[in-house]
Amino acid sequence: MYYLGLVVTGVGVLFLCLGGLGLFRFPDVYNRVQAGTKCTTLGAFCTILGVGITQPGWFWKTLIIALFILATNPISSHSLGRAAYKSGTELAEESVVDMAGEFDDYSEEG
Amino acid sequence: MSKVKSFFYLFSALFLIWIGFTTTFQPQELGLGLIISLFLSTIFFKTYVGLGFPPLGIKRFLFALIYIIVLFKEIVKANLDVAYRAVHPEVPINPGIVIINTDLEGDVARMVLANSITLTPGTFTLDVIGDHLLIHWINVETTSKEEATELIGKRFEKYLKIIFA
Amino acid sequence: MNIVTISFLSIICLGLFLSFIRMLRGPTPPDRAVAVDTMTTMIVATLVLIGFVLERYVYLDVALVYSLISFVGLVALARFLEKGF
Repeated sequence: MYYLGLVVTGVGVLFLCLGGLGLFRFPDVYNRVQAGTKCTTLGAFCTILGVGITQPGWFWKTLIIALFILATNPISSHSLGRAAYKSGTELAEESVVDMAGEFDDYSEEG
Repeated sequence: MSKVKSFFYLFSALFLIWIGFTTTFQPQELGLGLIISLFLSTIFFKTYVGLGFPPLGIKRFLFALIYIIVLFKEIVKANLDVAYRAVHPEVPINPGIVIINTDLEGDVARMVLANSITLTPGTFTLDVIGDHLLIHWINVETTSKEEATELIGKRFEKYLKIIFA
Repeated sequence: MNIVTISFLSIICLGLFLSFIRMLRGPTPPDRAVAVDTMTTMIVATLVLIGFVLERYVYLDVALVYSLISFVGLVALARFLEKGF
């Protein structure tokens, strides 16, 4: 059981580090949000749950923290992405398509 | 949903969250949690009258379980995808912003759909107006709205339609 | 405290360092905010891991409260970026 917990924690730690790497290398805000959200959500989930598996008395509390992170991380990153889009941050040069201009038409319909 | 029902839902949700966060069953902690949840739910229950939760049922419960399993599979796939793109020396991305539309009714169902899209491979929700969602896609495969809806939204909608029917 | 936990902590520190550089260099304000978002999640994981290494249960409470407060703070920050005041 102890070694299973250590392996789960190790996978989580690796994903956290890759999330930081993605944040460092990607070209614009939206891609950075992708790296920052996805990798850190699973990374933190695995790290915290792995600690809970190694210390059986802590399992309940670690499960609560992990579920809380799983629920709130998409919301905070969605609001940051929305703030970036509303304040007019431009996309990177590599971008293929940008339909954000059309999207404002729907707000008048209701 | 009636006012009494929404008050009861809010109160029990707040009390369960309190028990989960404190993780004790001592009488004084439970009493303090009871007082705080009663106080908060008396003030705020009017805000939640508009939010409808579906009634419980065996079929809904089974589909919710399947939905959670599908969601976890997609989260793991999303992580491997983003990690591969971050490690690759040339950063193989092909980003863009597309619009999709959804058939789901109700704010709670749309919120669950938007958060699920945020956690799945290569896509994340920027904004929601009515039944249209603005999506940032890290690897754009198609620029037509119908095909994007088919590729991004459909894999969750078929479960959420039954859960929130 | 053994070689495994030390290597875990140093891998997390590498990730934290990369996002810290992004926070210092980020060309626009949303870039810096996203870097702070990533760093808070990493710090919660680090706090739990430190609690595991030192065998203190208190660190779990610290991590829970830290994640609560950082969530509220980031949503407020996003609102500020969106509308000014």
